[in-house]
Amino acid sequence: MSIHNRVKDLFGQQRHELLSVFYTAGFPRLEDTPRIAGLLERSGVDMIEIGIPFSDPIADGPVIQESNTIALGNGMTVKKLLEQVREIRKTVKIPIVLMGYLNPVVQYGIESFCRDAANAGVDGLILPDMPAEEYRRAYRKFFDENNLTITFLISPTTSPERIRQIDEATNGFIYAVSSSSTTGAKLSFSKEQEDYFEEIRKMKLKNPFMIGFGISNRETFSLACLHGSGAIVGSAFISLLRTSTDFEKDILKFVTNLKGKSNE
Amino acid sequence: MKYTVTDKGYYGQFGGAYIPEMLYPNVEELRSNYLQIMYEEEFQKEFNELLKDFVGRPTPLYFATRLSERYATRIYLKREDLCHTGAHKINNTIGQILLAKRLGKKKIIAETGAGQHGVATATVCALMGMECTVYMGKHDMERQRPNVERMRILGTTVVPVLSGSMTLKDATNEAMRHWINHPVDTHYIIGSVVGPHPYPDIVARFQSVISKEMKEQLIEAEGNPFPDYVIACVGGGSNAAGAFYHYLEAEHVNLVGVEAAGKGVQSGQSAATTVLGKPGILHGSKTLLMQTEDGQVVEPYSISAGLDYPGIGPMHAHLFDVGRVQFLSATDDEAMEAGIELSRMEGIIPAIETAHALAMLKKMEFDRDDVVVINLSGRGDKDLETYIKWGKY
Ligand SMILES: Cc1ncc(COP(=O)(O)O)c(C=O)c1O
Repeated sequence: MSIHNRVKDLFGQQRHELLSVFYTAGFPRLEDTPRIAGLLERSGVDMIEIGIPFSDPIADGPVIQESNTIALGNGMTVKKLLEQVREIRKTVKIPIVLMGYLNPVVQYGIESFCRDAANAGVDGLILPDMPAEEYRRAYRKFFDENNLTITFLISPTTSPERIRQIDEATNGFIYAVSSSSTTGAKLSFSKEQEDYFEEIRKMKLKNPFMIGFGISNRETFSLACLHGSGAIVGSAFISLLRTSTDFEKDILKFVTNLKGKSNE
Repeated sequence: MKYTVTDKGYYGQFGGAYIPEMLYPNVEELRSNYLQIMYEEEFQKEFNELLKDFVGRPTPLYFATRLSERYATRIYLKREDLCHTGAHKINNTIGQILLAKRLGKKKIIAETGAGQHGVATATVCALMGMECTVYMGKHDMERQRPNVERMRILGTTVVPVLSGSMTLKDATNEAMRHWINHPVDTHYIIGSVVGPHPYPDIVARFQSVISKEMKEQLIEAEGNPFPDYVIACVGGGSNAAGAFYHYLEAEHVNLVGVEAAGKGVQSGQSAATTVLGKPGILHGSKTLLMQTEDGQVVEPYSISAGLDYPGIGPMHAHLFDVGRVQFLSATDDEAMEAGIELSRMEGIIPAIETAHALAMLKKMEFDRDDVVVINLSGRGDKDLETYIKWGKY
């Protein structure tokens, strides 16, 4: 475990135009996880979110569902993922956050998971079906002991009062889901969605927030950046991985297109 | 009340509401309103009238003479198969649609395995003029065809689910996804005592009419509201929850839940959760769950679509944990034989789910003067194809 937490460091330095990319561990092939992380960093991505595959991903749309099924079919496990993160950390310096459903983590054991993840080089976790109350009561101490950030989600139907509570429980960044929906790429945002982002911004939360779900192209990414610290792209990237025959070329192109410029 | 839910939504270590934030407002709206609505006099009146005039309650408690002779004990059948639409499921859907109306919801979604809950939901939606969508695994659509067509006749859209083993678990995933995508105007009528708090409690309360009637009927028949045994099959556990509910605190009443052993508990093709499961989290609650060491949910198997589920409701997980309910299981073959036996001896063709409970007559021992109540959760019309395929009659 390092003293520094790369998520906290990142948001300490920069709170705009951040691009975080989500992909499922062990997809499309079991051993692709480390290579994809390296290419994302080289393409100028600011943060990586790696999905822990689960058999029953109820918050996910068809694209991420399918990637979960394929990854599990490839033999992906939590243990294997932590080994891959270790491998990734030999070269990659940007923050790594793991995102997944609670059950695989609980079966691994929450205490050992936090310890092993931090030792492998993970900076934070997103567990969308973990109740904030349960986190405060039983899990928080393991996150704190291992200097891991926790990110909770908010959605357009989350009340302002609850957003404040979630802001209190969060450290690192808040994940603002763009619409009340399962994951999936969309081509544009509605007026209501923009109003919602703007309302969150005006709340001046203690944590920065990243916008996710439905970010797929330059337009949606830039719009998200107008309001939040940046955006998270998932389904659109996974669709790319599904069809790409040249990761190196395609990932660079994908990231460059999104950001509208190359970082280096 | 030792066995009912705490105000945080737990039964011992089980229960809770493990849901993504997108579902929080819906579930919270239900949680903060359900008890108040259910206790309203007006609600009670409407619920009870519909149960009486539309569902046909109270359902009879029938003394099964020939079966009692064969097994040398006193066997009663609680005739939920005589409910309108053919199973206990409608007790819950009537209650939940009234709840949905009072919450101002316009649309209804549901999951279904055997199709009985789907039909019961489609029925109350037709009754109330509400739009209804039911998710059903493609495999279940094939083995429960008559119910698919019944739903369609009733005006419901049936959406085939193609993920996983294409059964109840996958249909539930898809219904939850739909709910995430339609949070404001839609109510999700869950069909068993599963899901995030307060669902298990809502469904158990609506189904508790079963044991409430049983008590009154047993006073009439036996001069004593307490039987020696109550036996019910357990998929998610709603008919069992209803049949046990008013007996939970009466510790001298033996409560028996029967799970589907499929091709044998250790065959790798089974749905016997209390034997094969460990505590885990699925569909919004912590409960006993069939899963791999890595926390992936295992695809269950049973000949019966309604029992083909990798978990049980958190209330049952707790009742199992503390030993209040004894859990047994019946294989496909044992259930099918028991289904044929009831047909031949009492003139009742039971649902294959229910036949699992009936199979306990051969597997348990009773005294001659024991009073044994079996919850006859549904009738077998929907299962004709499975009976025909099985063929041994
Ligand atoms: C007749 C019948 N009995 C039992 C069940 C199992 O459900 P539960 O365990 O919730 O009663 C079903 C489910 O479809 C059913 O149709």
